[in-house]
Amino acid sequence: MILLLMPVIQIILFGFALTTEVKNTQVAVLAPTNDEASSRIIDKLNASAYFDVVEKIHNTDEIQPVFRDAKAKLVVVFEDHFGEKLRYNGKAHVQLIADATDPNRATSFTFYASNIIASYQQELMGESKNPYQITPEIKMLYNPQMLSAFNFVPGVLGMIMILICAMMTSIAIVREKEMGTMEILLVSPMKPIYIILSKITPYFVLSFVNFVTIMLLSVFVLKVPITGSLASLVLVSLLYIFVSLALGLLVSTMTNSQQAAMLVSGMGLMMPVMMLSGMIFPIENMPLPLQWLSCIVPARWYISAVKVIMIQGLGITSVLKDVGILSLMAVVLVSVSLKKFKIRLE
Amino acid sequence: MIKYLLKKEFKQILRNKFLPKMIFMFPFMVLLVFPWAASYEIKNLNLSVVDNDQSTYSEQLTQKIISSNYFKLTDVSPNYNKAMKSIEKNQSDIILEIPPHFEKDIVNRQGAKVMISANAVNGMKGGIGMTYLVSIVSDFNAGIIAKLMPVTNDVSPVPTIQIDTQYRFNPHLNYRVFMVPALMVMILTMMCGFLPAISIVFEKELGTMEQINVSPVPKSLFILAKLIPFWIIGIFVISVGFLIAWAVYGLVPAGYFSTIYLFAVIYILAVSGLGIVISNYASSIQQAMFIIFFFLMLFIMLSGLYTSIDSMPEWAKWIAAFNPLKYFMDVMRSVYLKGSNPLQLMKDLSALIGFAVFFNCWAVISYHKKN
Repeated sequence: MILLLMPVIQIILFGFALTTEVKNTQVAVLAPTNDEASSRIIDKLNASAYFDVVEKIHNTDEIQPVFRDAKAKLVVVFEDHFGEKLRYNGKAHVQLIADATDPNRATSFTFYASNIIASYQQELMGESKNPYQITPEIKMLYNPQMLSAFNFVPGVLGMIMILICAMMTSIAIVREKEMGTMEILLVSPMKPIYIILSKITPYFVLSFVNFVTIMLLSVFVLKVPITGSLASLVLVSLLYIFVSLALGLLVSTMTNSQQAAMLVSGMGLMMPVMMLSGMIFPIENMPLPLQWLSCIVPARWYISAVKVIMIQGLGITSVLKDVGILSLMAVVLVSVSLKKFKIRLE
Repeated sequence: MIKYLLKKEFKQILRNKFLPKMIFMFPFMVLLVFPWAASYEIKNLNLSVVDNDQSTYSEQLTQKIISSNYFKLTDVSPNYNKAMKSIEKNQSDIILEIPPHFEKDIVNRQGAKVMISANAVNGMKGGIGMTYLVSIVSDFNAGIIAKLMPVTNDVSPVPTIQIDTQYRFNPHLNYRVFMVPALMVMILTMMCGFLPAISIVFEKELGTMEQINVSPVPKSLFILAKLIPFWIIGIFVISVGFLIAWAVYGLVPAGYFSTIYLFAVIYILAVSGLGIVISNYASSIQQAMFIIFFFLMLFIMLSGLYTSIDSMPEWAKWIAAFNPLKYFMDVMRSVYLKGSNPLQLMKDLSALIGFAVFFNCWAVISYHKKN
């Protein structure tokens, strides 16, 4: 029950709530001289979706407390007589002071704020357009609205599937060991491969149901379209589910108690999958040793394949490498668990 | 009586072959490896250039972009479609297309265009890449304007607003400073969440629970004895965290260690209280693990660890308000980077105390001595 409900809640929550978009950033302004130019800029900032002007402060000593009490993430400081200077000297200063605790967001919202101020400057210049202007025309491919869900849905899908699958199967064999029913299985004429495969099958079905619900939710609730072929997406996912289950089985054959099995598959997998799968942090930014390390995380290959098929809409031929690596992992995992399993037989 | 109960708890933990090793290894592994992975700094974006002009200006622009450190020229294509192919093959992330007559249009005072197409599957990465590229182009543009604009002797003809940017608390925009305290919180949460969640249900499966049930141990004392070991483990883990942060990453909190310890003590109580509540209700280890896993995942994802809470939709902010991890994450980062003191963190303090009291009362109430 919880196994079916969990992915549903997670994908909806994360799909909507995980976002790297900059929205409603709180801004405080310090405008010593209340003139038209500065208040126009403040209005413009407030009117944009990126910022909410929440506070007006009156001297520079107040900047630090504003950050410390987390009232604002950005302080816009106009110089004295900003409007006058702009009008008569043709030059005026604005200072953007950002709370850079989160460096990336700080860069994004200072960029947006600079753009808004620059657009005011453009307005001032009026119709007299700069004849030497180079205008960049921008196109965001595959995801024109830059929705975070496009990036996070494949990521969350990859993470949830591997964790649930591995946690489910990891106790499958170890539980029989603890309960003592393992001996019965071992004295039966079953071959280890059949025992292992039959252990996997029910979870395989369950995981596939999970996959289908997640897909339905992401298409109909989160509005992330499947642009590529559904068949290849399903194919890759089935392969991935198999790899995840095999990983759980391996944990199961190697541990001796349910507690250890669950901790290894839950705690031990959660962090690497979150950090090294490229779900949150781009792999190409990592130092090389970590990039190599990330190659053994199955989620990395799956997530990149899902992005290619689902979002970019390319065919199965573009993900042959990912599919190949996942298949290799499946073979290795199953054969290693078979080997480990046999040792226990003796 | 509590002395004997504690003795029993520690024996149970130490007798386990796996647990002490994990408690010791986990913080090291996480803190030594993952901060290097957790980088959002977008460097070395792969650039594909389609230069339809082949002029001095277009060359200069391309050179300027490559020398900026942010971009690596990985593909030069004769036309846009070819460049698209390189995006599809993941060889490049962003395309700069310079139209024909680019230089001529500028010199003839007609204004020119460049086309930028970024792969935005990862909206953040695409957005930042685009931002960098646009600012380099406008830099280049400013240079051209300065060169070609007729110089007048008086003040500049157009009003200009000069913008200076200052980054507080983290002037070098170092992502590691942001992530290391957060990872410490995560380790603490996983340790003090997962372990208590199996602690009681483990005894249920083992059968030793019945012995406790028939003993005269009061309910609250039993729960307290369950909590104290995790308290000690938690304090140990966070101290190891401080040590690694200082030795490996050179990070020392701007505030006081005592502030963090104060909050950590309360936070550990809150999280392990939740763990024990789950353990009380669960009937098998598997069930307990799945439930705590579900909650921890929610806590971690909705804590502002990776993505800011400010950008979440209103209803998600409401859910996040019931997330103890969010408050502790905030405390850690504030103390480490801003040097906040408990008075400034009053809101977090009262929230955490609230969670600790709530979960632990619930833990005592939900523990039934009868089946």
